[in-house]
Amino acid sequence: MDPQSTIARRIADELRDGMLVNLGIGIPTLVANFVPAGIRVFFQSENGLIGTGPVPEPGMALPWLTDAGGRPVTALPGASTFDSATSFGLIRGGHLDLTVLGGLQVDRHGRLSNWMVPGKMVPGMGGAMDLVAGARRVVVAMQHTAKGRPKIVRESSLPLTSERAVDLIVTELAVIAVRDGRLTLIETMEGVTVNEVLNMTEVELIIAPELASAGAEAVRRSLSAPSTGGAL
Amino acid sequence: MKTISLQDAVAMIPAGATLMVGGFMGVGTPEPLIDEIVRQQKKDLTVIANDTAAPGVGIGKLVDAALLRRVVVSHIGLNPETQRQMLAGSLTVDLVPQGTLAERIRAGGFGLGGVLTATGIGTIAEEGKQKIAVDGRDYLLEPALRADFALVHAFIADYLGNLAYVLTARNFNPLMAMAADTVVVQAENIVPVGVVAPDHVMTPAPVVDYLVANG
Repeated sequence: MDPQSTIARRIADELRDGMLVNLGIGIPTLVANFVPAGIRVFFQSENGLIGTGPVPEPGMALPWLTDAGGRPVTALPGASTFDSATSFGLIRGGHLDLTVLGGLQVDRHGRLSNWMVPGKMVPGMGGAMDLVAGARRVVVAMQHTAKGRPKIVRESSLPLTSERAVDLIVTELAVIAVRDGRLTLIETMEGVTVNEVLNMTEVELIIAPELASAGAEAVRRSLSAPSTGGAL
Repeated sequence: MKTISLQDAVAMIPAGATLMVGGFMGVGTPEPLIDEIVRQQKKDLTVIANDTAAPGVGIGKLVDAALLRRVVVSHIGLNPETQRQMLAGSLTVDLVPQGTLAERIRAGGFGLGGVLTATGIGTIAEEGKQKIAVDGRDYLLEPALRADFALVHAFIADYLGNLAYVLTARNFNPLMAMAADTVVVQAENIVPVGVVAPDHVMTPAPVVDYLVANG
C-alpha cells in the first residue's frame, strides 16, 4: 500500500457512526475511501455542504454542486446545503467532531503549520485556521519526512495555523498522539520499528506504555488488522 | 428593486470601487457581471470574496485583466496569477481566515461593529488586532466589512427580487446581499412573484437594488 493510503486507512479507524467530519485536500481526502462498513459518517465541504458524495458519473456533473476545490461532487441522500457563515458556525461552534488536515510541520507542542511557506508559497489559510481552532478533534495526515528531513520538529520554521495543539498525527511510519502537551508515540505502522520512527523525528517522543511493553505492536496489529480484499 | 441591463449595471460601478463578489472557486459567481466589468475595463477595484478562483474563471478574469488593486480573500492557492501580481507588488492581498471573512461580512450587513473569534489567536493573523477576553477566553476583535457594491449570483429571482440560491453556489452570496450599499443580482432564472414560496426565500426582496435583466 502506498504511503498516502496507509495514512488514510489508519485515520479511518478514528471514524465513528454519526460523526460530522471535514476532510482537507490531499491525503485527508482519501480517508473517505476507507470508511468502515456499517457506519454512517457525514462529510462536510466547507463551501456549504454536508453529505458530500463521490464524483459524479461522466455527463452527470452539476456546476453548482462542488467540493471546496471547485470540483463536481454528488450529494448523498440526507445531504444539506447552507451559506458560508453557517458552514463555519458548524466548524467553530463545536459541531464538527473531527477534522483531518494535511501538514507541512508539527512542532514539539503539537502545533500545526500548514498554510504558507514565506517567500515561496502563499496559498492563504482558507478554512484551516478555523478548523484547527474549532473542531472537537484535529488529526494531521502527513508523510513523516519531506525530502528526507523530519516534518515533526522542535521549532516550526513556518507560520502556525493555530496555537491549539492537534490531537493526533498519522504518518506512513507512526501514530503520534498529543498527551498532556507531549508528543507520544502510540503506534508504529506494520514493519516499522520504534527506533526507525525516533530516527526520523526531530522531537524527542514519549513512548506510550502500551507500545513500550514487549509485543504490544503485534497485539495491536492483530486487534486492528484491516480486512483485506481491497476497497480500492 | 429595479431591473437593469447588464451594461448599465456595470456602468454604475466607478473605478476604484469596493466590490463584494459571491462565489467559491467561481461556483456561485455572477459570471456575466464579471465579463462585463472586463469589457468596460473598470480599474483599481478592491474585491472582497472567498478566493480569486483560477485564471480564466470568475474573479480570476479580473485578476487576468489586472483590474484589481486589492483583494480581501481567504485563499489564492489555485490562482498563480494572483500570487504573481502579489509578489510583483501590483496587487495587495489581505488574507483572512475563511470563517472570519464570512462573519466580518455578516456583521457588516447585520449592523454589528464586528465579531469576536478565537480563530487566528497565536498566529500571524492576530497581528494588529485587539484581543478581548470573555469568560476567561481570548478572542480577536474582527471588524465588520462592507462594500460599495455586492455582485450576487442567485439561482432564482422573482420579479420583486426575492432570491433563492442553489446547492454550493450559495456560499457567500446571501451574506454579501446584506452588506453593500448597492446590491446587484444576476439570476439563472427570473420567475413570477409567488413561484418561490415564502419559506424558500433565502434573501428577501427589499435588500436587492438591481436585478440584471435576461439577454
